[in-house]
Amino acid sequence: MLGQILYALPFLAQGFALTLWVSLLVVVLSLIAGVLMGVGLVYGPVPLRWAVRIFSDTIRGIPILVLIFFVYYGLPAVGVHLQSFWAAVLALTLFKTAQVVEYLRGAVASIPKGQSEAAMAIGLTFRQRLAYVIFPQAFRRFLPPWINGVTDAVKGSALVSLLGITDLMQAINQVIGRTYEAMPLYIFGALVYFAVNYALSLASRRLERRFSFIRE
Amino acid sequence: MSANANAALLDVRDVSKAFGTVEVLRAVSLEVNRGEVVSVIGPSGSGKTTLLRCVNFLESYDSGSIRIDGKEVGYREAGTRQRRSERDLAAMRAETGMVFQSFNLFPHLTAAGNIMLGLRKVRGKSDAEASQIAEHWLGRVGLAHKADSLPAELSGGQQQRVGIARAVAMEPKILLLDEITSALDPELVGEVLAVVRSLAEDGMTMLMVTHEMAFARDASSRIVFMADGSVSAAGPPAEILGTEIKNERLRNFLARFRASHF
Repeated sequence: MLGQILYALPFLAQGFALTLWVSLLVVVLSLIAGVLMGVGLVYGPVPLRWAVRIFSDTIRGIPILVLIFFVYYGLPAVGVHLQSFWAAVLALTLFKTAQVVEYLRGAVASIPKGQSEAAMAIGLTFRQRLAYVIFPQAFRRFLPPWINGVTDAVKGSALVSLLGITDLMQAINQVIGRTYEAMPLYIFGALVYFAVNYALSLASRRLERRFSFIRE
Repeated sequence: MSANANAALLDVRDVSKAFGTVEVLRAVSLEVNRGEVVSVIGPSGSGKTTLLRCVNFLESYDSGSIRIDGKEVGYREAGTRQRRSERDLAAMRAETGMVFQSFNLFPHLTAAGNIMLGLRKVRGKSDAEASQIAEHWLGRVGLAHKADSLPAELSGGQQQRVGIARAVAMEPKILLLDEITSALDPELVGEVLAVVRSLAEDGMTMLMVTHEMAFARDASSRIVFMADGSVSAAGPPAEILGTEIKNERLRNFLARFRASHF
């Protein structure tokens, strides 16, 4: 039984690498898009705020699975043909972006107005205020939900297997298809996902302490 | 050289502002000359703080004109309501220091870091220069030993003194003080006022909103009494806070004030 896992290990490792690759792409792309849109939501002109609000509310109201199928099977109807890999990345990124927007809005909203005013009063421009006053403080509030979201992204990436992409989940299913050893392989898979996410949580806790304003 | 060496440093003319249908400022005019300390007193809701916040354009105003050193604040020209660009506004605000009732220190930066931020990013000073200036001003406010402390590690009075140091380190043309002792425990008020007094002695031009009548009397060149969004009385301290007051609203305000402060 263990032997079969060991035998399949290189194949499973490839799947795991793809899981990490998808997760990384989704996390990085959604962070960039989400922060930009979040800033637009908080500080932008009214039409932009509305656009971001509608995007975020819509996306967050759709099950991620529906989103994945929509992007892969639905978009070709309007002439957008994406490879399964990129369709999956796009769908997961849209989903994550909508969450990052909310984390950012919440984090920035938690900074008292007086902070912006004090930063204005010493003559900082809008960008400088964000860079040196608002974001460093908002970061501390942004981090815990965002890391949570990152672990969600790693777990959610398992859904890409539904488009036939050989990520860890799909690799496990294929090995089970050959060996009929469902239990040990799913346990193995669960442990791998858990290990990644547990490591992320630990890193998060460290970062939170690092960015606390009160020395211990 | 400034544009008008003889004109008032701060010239507020007929400034009006409404929040929705509530008129908070009604054609307010006042002048502050170079080196003068002008105190604004009045009941809460009289528009004092709003006026102060218009001077560095933390609030916009609907009509009238505010000039600092001959230059129109906030809008491109007095007549138009065309806001200045973000960059212009930032540059103008750097010329006015502001100290807030709630301190508003940056909690993620040390006392020295709070002072250095503007020096480095707005004034373009090197780290070494900025740190030297911060050290100087922390010394002036009696907190040289707290340079590396975070705001959370300081008392209210100490935080407010850092707030003052942060504002004056930028060498503003005028310092705006917005009820800077109102959030302090009574025993900490003195140390903050002592710093303001010493700045006044150095010739710093100041416009302050305050409830500290004794301090306003001792430290101001002039006192402005505001009520219902307009200047109701203005003059030297002896006249405004004296015993023979003709202005009825001022008389009532002072009577109420004295009653609540013994």
